[in-house]
Amino acid sequence: MAVATKTQSPAETRLAVRCTGVEKSFGSGQTRVRVLRGTDFTAETGKMNFLVGPSGCGKTTLISVIGAILTSEAGDVDVLGQDLRRMSNGKLADFRLNNLGFIFQQFNLLPALSAEENASLPLVAQGVGTKKAERRARELLERLGLAGQTKQMPKQLSGGQQQRVAIARALVHEPSLLICDEPTASLDAASGHTVMELLRDVALEGDRSVIVVTHDNRIFEFADRISHMADGVIGRTDEPGDEGFGKDDA
Amino acid sequence: MLTTALRMLLGDPTKCLGLVFGVALSTLLVCQQVSIFFGLLGRASSVVNDVREADIWVMDPSVKTVDAPFPLRDTVLQRVRGVEGVEWAVPFFRANVQVRTREGTLENAILLGIDDASLVGVPDNFMLGSIDDLAMPDAIAMNPAGFRLLFPGEELDVGRTLELNDRRARIAAIVDASPAFSANLSIYTRYSLATAYTNNGRNQLSFVLAKSAEGADRQAVVESIGEETGLKVVTGEQFRMESIVYILKNTGIPVSFGTVVILGALIGVAIVGLTFNQFITENLRQYAALKAIGVRNGRLLVMTLFQALFVGTIGYGLGLFAASQFFNWPSKNVDALRGFYLLPEVAVGVAVLAVVIVFASTLISMRRVLVVDPATVFRG
Repeated sequence: MAVATKTQSPAETRLAVRCTGVEKSFGSGQTRVRVLRGTDFTAETGKMNFLVGPSGCGKTTLISVIGAILTSEAGDVDVLGQDLRRMSNGKLADFRLNNLGFIFQQFNLLPALSAEENASLPLVAQGVGTKKAERRARELLERLGLAGQTKQMPKQLSGGQQQRVAIARALVHEPSLLICDEPTASLDAASGHTVMELLRDVALEGDRSVIVVTHDNRIFEFADRISHMADGVIGRTDEPGDEGFGKDDA
Repeated sequence: MLTTALRMLLGDPTKCLGLVFGVALSTLLVCQQVSIFFGLLGRASSVVNDVREADIWVMDPSVKTVDAPFPLRDTVLQRVRGVEGVEWAVPFFRANVQVRTREGTLENAILLGIDDASLVGVPDNFMLGSIDDLAMPDAIAMNPAGFRLLFPGEELDVGRTLELNDRRARIAAIVDASPAFSANLSIYTRYSLATAYTNNGRNQLSFVLAKSAEGADRQAVVESIGEETGLKVVTGEQFRMESIVYILKNTGIPVSFGTVVILGALIGVAIVGLTFNQFITENLRQYAALKAIGVRNGRLLVMTLFQALFVGTIGYGLGLFAASQFFNWPSKNVDALRGFYLLPEVAVGVAVLAVVIVFASTLISMRRVLVVDPATVFRG
């Protein structure tokens, strides 16, 4: 299925994320593992930026650094014009709350909250009134095709529906950067396709940039750029028209 | 976010109930034991409390508690009366006796002998009869709990006769005396009759009760009596405290009750701590998700403390209600538990303990929330 790609002229293209020479390791001494080895990565605004690669290559670590969850040991991490390495933990939390949206492989919805309550969480955390936040969440859930399920609890929803609630939660506060970690890994092919279509339709608004980490090659068709990662570094970044674009290295 | 915290807590009703139960059980246990402890201490000084007219007690220097007097010479009374600043002084007798009813019921009793002329030393809340009835031959007044002990299932009544150390006595009045420590049956009679009932030899006087004259410095009067007689002289308040301290020092009551109170608190910490820790552990991924979204540690701490405050308040309320019912119904219906009350001070103290229990348990568990890596949400 062909997917319409939002086009920008080179002059319009701006970088939401610019990582240069990022280093990150875990453990110490002989057990120390260098996960990111001078990684360079960019993500453009208004585009679906895919980050692909085999398991253990450092994709999740890289988006954790970009997502202000982990701090790098070396290199520059510029996200939405902010140098994350200069921020304290508290500032990083505020940065995440106000500028970033996350979609996780396991959805990570709070089981005690209804769909609209889950979706409204970032707004509530920002201090927006509960009623206003839930109204905004409801509107978003309706756009995502969950008009009849806004009051349902996560366990009453299918995997695809839960992921749509997670998408609503990630977008409700209108972040400038959306980070998706294996958004279709827990879904069947049809649900995964639906989720990606919705993600593309709803998420790519304004100058928002979307980073999708995946090794599900069935959804490569939704990508505007694909960065291939291996052994802690980005090997190459393909764009539509490049030879082999959308092809899995494996 | 506090609503979210509450929903997270109520979303796991089993653990929520476990937490409430832990706090409630601890509150009930500690409230009940501390109240009984204070009730027992109150009983240790009940005889002193019931003597309201006199403010000075004179006794043998070896006496440490009102329940174990050592006989004084009868002449002591006149010497005390002669001390400057003493308005009046009367004899007071205390002994343990055996009481037998016609039906054959045998009970130990505290026999209290009060001044024949003034009848000073008996409580003023008579339920049947009056203080003047004690002037009649062989007349005694007893407490209602004692009456029910001797005549189970029967209505309070006067006119019955019984034996005190094999001598005849007649119940002339029922007086609502404070429950005593060493026996449930308290009997008041005239001093002359009391000494005749016991017939312990020449020296019969247990205490001299004195009243300091109006305008006189009571402590100075106490010291004057002491110098004049060479006896131990204390104020009513001092004697009350001495009787309590005697019980504290010479019985296993403080250790016994203290142990139960500590165990109650530990049970609370154990139940609440373990349950809360399990709750936190099972919700750790949710906390990590909240952190990843951008919720700061400080706010997560507030959310968790709010959850603790919620279960603590409900648990404490339930425990306090149960404790109040424990003391409310039996204190009206069971004589052995009369005089045991849930004191407001105990309720406040246990509230502080409940706060310490839930917050200590929370803070221990909270560490896991504060250090959880938000990056765990990226792991499948």
